[in-house]
Amino acid sequence: MIEAPLVAAEPQDTHPLARRIRGQALRMVTRAKASHIGSALSIADIMAVLYGRALRVSPAAPDHPERDRFILSKGHACVAVYAALGETGFIDRALLETYGTDGSMLMAHISHKVPGAEFSTGALGHGLPFGTGKALAAKRRGHVWRTVVLTSDGEWGEGSNWEAALFAAHHGLDNLVCILDYNKLQSLKSVDETLRLEPLHSKFEAFGWAVREVDGHDHAALIDALEGAPWEPGRPMMLIAHTTKGKGVSFMENRVEWHYRNPTPELLEQALTEIEGENGCETPLSRS
Amino acid sequence: MRNAFIEELTALAETRDNIALIVGDLGYSVIEEFADRFPDRFVNAGVAEQNMTGLAAGMASEGYHVFTYSIANFPTFRCAEQIRNDVDHHRLPVTVVAVGGGVAYGALGYSHHAVQDYALMRAMPNMVIAAPGDPLETRACLRWLVDNPGPSYLRLGKAGEPRFHESLPEVAPGRWVPVREGTSDAIMLSTGAALGAAIARAEGRAVWSLPLWSMAAKSDQPAQLARHGRITTLEDHLADGGFGSWLTEAVAGTPAAARIEPIALSPEICDLVAAQPTLNRLGGLTL
Repeated sequence: MIEAPLVAAEPQDTHPLARRIRGQALRMVTRAKASHIGSALSIADIMAVLYGRALRVSPAAPDHPERDRFILSKGHACVAVYAALGETGFIDRALLETYGTDGSMLMAHISHKVPGAEFSTGALGHGLPFGTGKALAAKRRGHVWRTVVLTSDGEWGEGSNWEAALFAAHHGLDNLVCILDYNKLQSLKSVDETLRLEPLHSKFEAFGWAVREVDGHDHAALIDALEGAPWEPGRPMMLIAHTTKGKGVSFMENRVEWHYRNPTPELLEQALTEIEGENGCETPLSRS
Repeated sequence: MRNAFIEELTALAETRDNIALIVGDLGYSVIEEFADRFPDRFVNAGVAEQNMTGLAAGMASEGYHVFTYSIANFPTFRCAEQIRNDVDHHRLPVTVVAVGGGVAYGALGYSHHAVQDYALMRAMPNMVIAAPGDPLETRACLRWLVDNPGPSYLRLGKAGEPRFHESLPEVAPGRWVPVREGTSDAIMLSTGAALGAAIARAEGRAVWSLPLWSMAAKSDQPAQLARHGRITTLEDHLADGGFGSWLTEAVAGTPAAARIEPIALSPEICDLVAAQPTLNRLGGLTL
């Protein structure tokens, strides 16, 4: 059977999409009394840019062979991906309400059983080696699709990531983009106080990667970097995205405790109000 | 066994263009022919087994059947979580190949002895263990694995193992393969390269080999055990978490359980320096 060519979803305005992702993520963790909302809010803008604009994917054909592959290596931030999949038509929005409940497809770390999700993670340091394998497969077979892996910062303590970093550069995988969500806060303390990564930019350059740094909440900058790939022929791309953990909710920003806590109904209302207020919002978030 | 493996894999790769081989910077004078004939399907991942295994899973998710190849514990314990999460949980066609099963690397020492690998691999729900007993079982297992792509572990001895079969045996997970006839209803049942040791200790008992086994294949065991009297299992692995333990669990609660007498390596060999035959003797495998 010859597959119809991939018709990628129409680009959409990424700012309202980011607000909807934040709202859905907040409601999911509140309902499920789940952790990791800070990590999800940190990547909400990146997810909006990926699913609203940058990835060549189609909800009508989530397994299309020509699609771009997106892998969430920081699996604990899965609500941001589930929300993006729900808000762009890959999965039913109603499914989001089952998050974290008994028998739900939506495991509290990203699950490959969800349409549009490529790979289950949860243990850190697995996404980049796996994505590197996909990128190598595409190179060897002459495919033009790209692989995008999103890692946290703390997970660069894992040796497997550095193994993959060596490999991807050695094999010239310029069809591989790694986005590093650099919110500088890990499970107990800051990255600097835990296991220092700096100087990060020159470290990745020394590993043979093309490296760019952006404000990970600046949609135009993210779009520019992701749509401009490959940056240099023969080099994998490292996009260091400077972010704020808990971004968009004042009382969650840069607070380690929101790696663990879930909001009370009152705090959820406050959080949703703050997000709706951000640059105005033409589609009010439902309070269901 | 190593040579039978690479010859068979190279032959299979001629007709199946999705077979790929990733080595962890090992395989000198073994893998060259494959690498030369199929450069697009060969990778040396370097000394980086976690990445090798994650990489293999990524390639497998794009349609390859990937064989990762290294020595003893390097492609298993070093990257156990990649096998568990990336390969086994996603049910991807990756065959982890370890050369030097048991104490084949002798005086190279404990780092190079694979005597807990069954315990690790049989704890994974979707994993098929292929532990052939001679070069023909190696070829038969490899064909089965390629025809039934999924998470799998191929445990080889080294080179120069004798042939015990006259022709290619029929293999399937859980199915016992007859090797030598006996004169009583007591039998020896071995897995992996310990087959030679089982034949040497048979003393009139029939010898069977079980080269393919898995968590799912436990259910086939009670019926096969019921056809025999006393069953002595033999493996070049520690008793804990090994093959005899697997078989005993498979028939727990049935009368057959009391008829199983496992022979496995004693943990004392973990602290000894010696060649393989000596270690197998001191470990209680051979007499």
